[in-house]
Amino acid sequence: MAETHSLQDFQRPAVSSKVFIQRDYSSGTICKFQTKFPSELESRLDKQQFEETIQTLNNLYAEAEKLGGSSYLEGCLACLTAYTVFLCMETHYEKVLKKIDRYIKDQNEKIYAPRGLLLTDPIERGLRVVEITIFEDRNIGSGR
Amino acid sequence: MKNCEYQQIDPRALSVSPLSAQSHTEKKDQRPRRKWEVFPGKNRFFCDGRLILARQSGVLPLTLGLIVVTCGLFFAFDCPFLVKHLTVFIPVIGAALFVFVVISLLRTSFTDPGILPRATPDEAADIERQIDTSGSSTYRPPPRTKEILINQQVVKLKYCFTCKMFRPPRTSHCSLCDNCVERFDHHCPWVGNCVGKRNYRFFYSFIISLSFLTSFIFGCVIAHITLRSQAGKSLVQAIQESPASVVELVICFFSIWSILGLSGFHTYLVASNLTTNEDIKGSWSGKRGSEESGNPYSYNNIITNCCVTLCGPVPPSLIDRRGFVPPDEVIPAASSASEMELPHFSAKNDVNMCTQSTKDVLERMVNSGSQTLCSPGTPKTTPLVQELPGTAAPSPEPPPSAGCPGLLDSRCPFFSRSSEKDSLHSINPAFRLASPSPSLTRTAVTLNGAADVGFMPLHPGSARDEAP
Repeated sequence: MAETHSLQDFQRPAVSSKVFIQRDYSSGTICKFQTKFPSELESRLDKQQFEETIQTLNNLYAEAEKLGGSSYLEGCLACLTAYTVFLCMETHYEKVLKKIDRYIKDQNEKIYAPRGLLLTDPIERGLRVVEITIFEDRNIGSGR
Repeated sequence: MKNCEYQQIDPRALSVSPLSAQSHTEKKDQRPRRKWEVFPGKNRFFCDGRLILARQSGVLPLTLGLIVVTCGLFFAFDCPFLVKHLTVFIPVIGAALFVFVVISLLRTSFTDPGILPRATPDEAADIERQIDTSGSSTYRPPPRTKEILINQQVVKLKYCFTCKMFRPPRTSHCSLCDNCVERFDHHCPWVGNCVGKRNYRFFYSFIISLSFLTSFIFGCVIAHITLRSQAGKSLVQAIQESPASVVELVICFFSIWSILGLSGFHTYLVASNLTTNEDIKGSWSGKRGSEESGNPYSYNNIITNCCVTLCGPVPPSLIDRRGFVPPDEVIPAASSASEMELPHFSAKNDVNMCTQSTKDVLERMVNSGSQTLCSPGTPKTTPLVQELPGTAAPSPEPPPSAGCPGLLDSRCPFFSRSSEKDSLHSINPAFRLASPSPSLTRTAVTLNGAADVGFMPLHPGSARDEAP
């Protein structure tokens, strides 16, 4: 009975379960997530799409943590100014994190939300996991 | 029968900011709390969460005091003479070094060392499910280690009972701060904070610049006294004319040994990409001949190791101190350290932490003060975060803005909030705690983990335990 539903019901469907994609430490302590496709998502999402999302995230984090001339330069400049330069400047890492945030929002809008899923930005979970929330199907809704 | 259609999820509505969410909820009397206010670790926060310090500030005031007093005496008593007889650059160099030392020290002390936020209840439940051997009904939890391969070397990841997660490699739990810290080096009482991934470079620049400063002051004071005694006066007379110099000499003489030694040690650690924790435990030595081949994180190149450790990119703070707490969130794993340990541990810990925590910490500080290093935190001695009723808070001065929401802290409304969403997962029966501590009963009453699905109403303690 649609009229008895409050506005909140429509905005916040019930959570059915959550899937956690853990970190992959095979290359060391860099931030990388496992690309193994979880079985709980089989009914909702393509394996290939999922892997693409995770792989892009991994690449973005690798870019944030990349060791190279520019990051060393940033580090040296910071040291020379007694680290006060970061009061006015954003670090490279933070810039990439913003990029990641935009990417995740974009993925949610285009791919995950239409399938009743929600990706949570790993930074909100301390870069430990990628949390995918699976929402209940109220009706049999095939992915749009 | 419901005939509402499948509603496309609007991600914007779901990840809504807590302020607007609160305007819809009926909980009208909660002002939005920042995450630092409900932080479960033992830390203190200043400037509305911008600055973080360990709860035991240790001897940081002493460190600052010594530096300021020594430099003050230097500028007041030695510099005028030296400027006249040598060069004006002496106070300039001294001032630059002093400023650098103080800034590095403050940055080391007030920066988040790389604290890992504790696992959310859902994550913890998910991990439990994964490691639970099916059908195990013994209450002794299975061994909590996971082996992974890093650069073809086997590394064991341990499960942290306090933070409810498998610790990433090189992460260790600091028992003084009650946090898991990434690339944990040590807890430094001189600096009043843990030294970890995010503030190691500040710590290193602090000790290096302090070495330069103490050597510089030492040299200048010697020059000062020598010059005075050369001008026809005896040494004793020279000292009598400038007694402050003796004070500085004594302070510098004793600090130089330890500071130079520490700088040398940390330079070795930086060059081989090791942490104090790993070095003390001998994690990588003894596996093969040389230390480089054992350490899977080393780049086998001194320059690269140095650059990576000191100039590499710094990740931002993961604990998001100034963010707002979402209104529905129950604080994860805040004070349930005891339930996850074996019962005899928890009982012992209870007693220990009630009666001896301050003494332990002070002893540890004294011990580490004498070695200038503190032992790395170990999981088994994780102190309980909860503050039991009737006992004084373990810390000497309970800070008003501390973010530690002990179980029974009535200011924290979180435990009275329901958490339907989080209790959807089945709870591992092997987790039942045999002997609940009496203090938990009060909390169990206030908790309304609404889903009765996960509750085992056997003991009040375990009810609290299983409420995610």
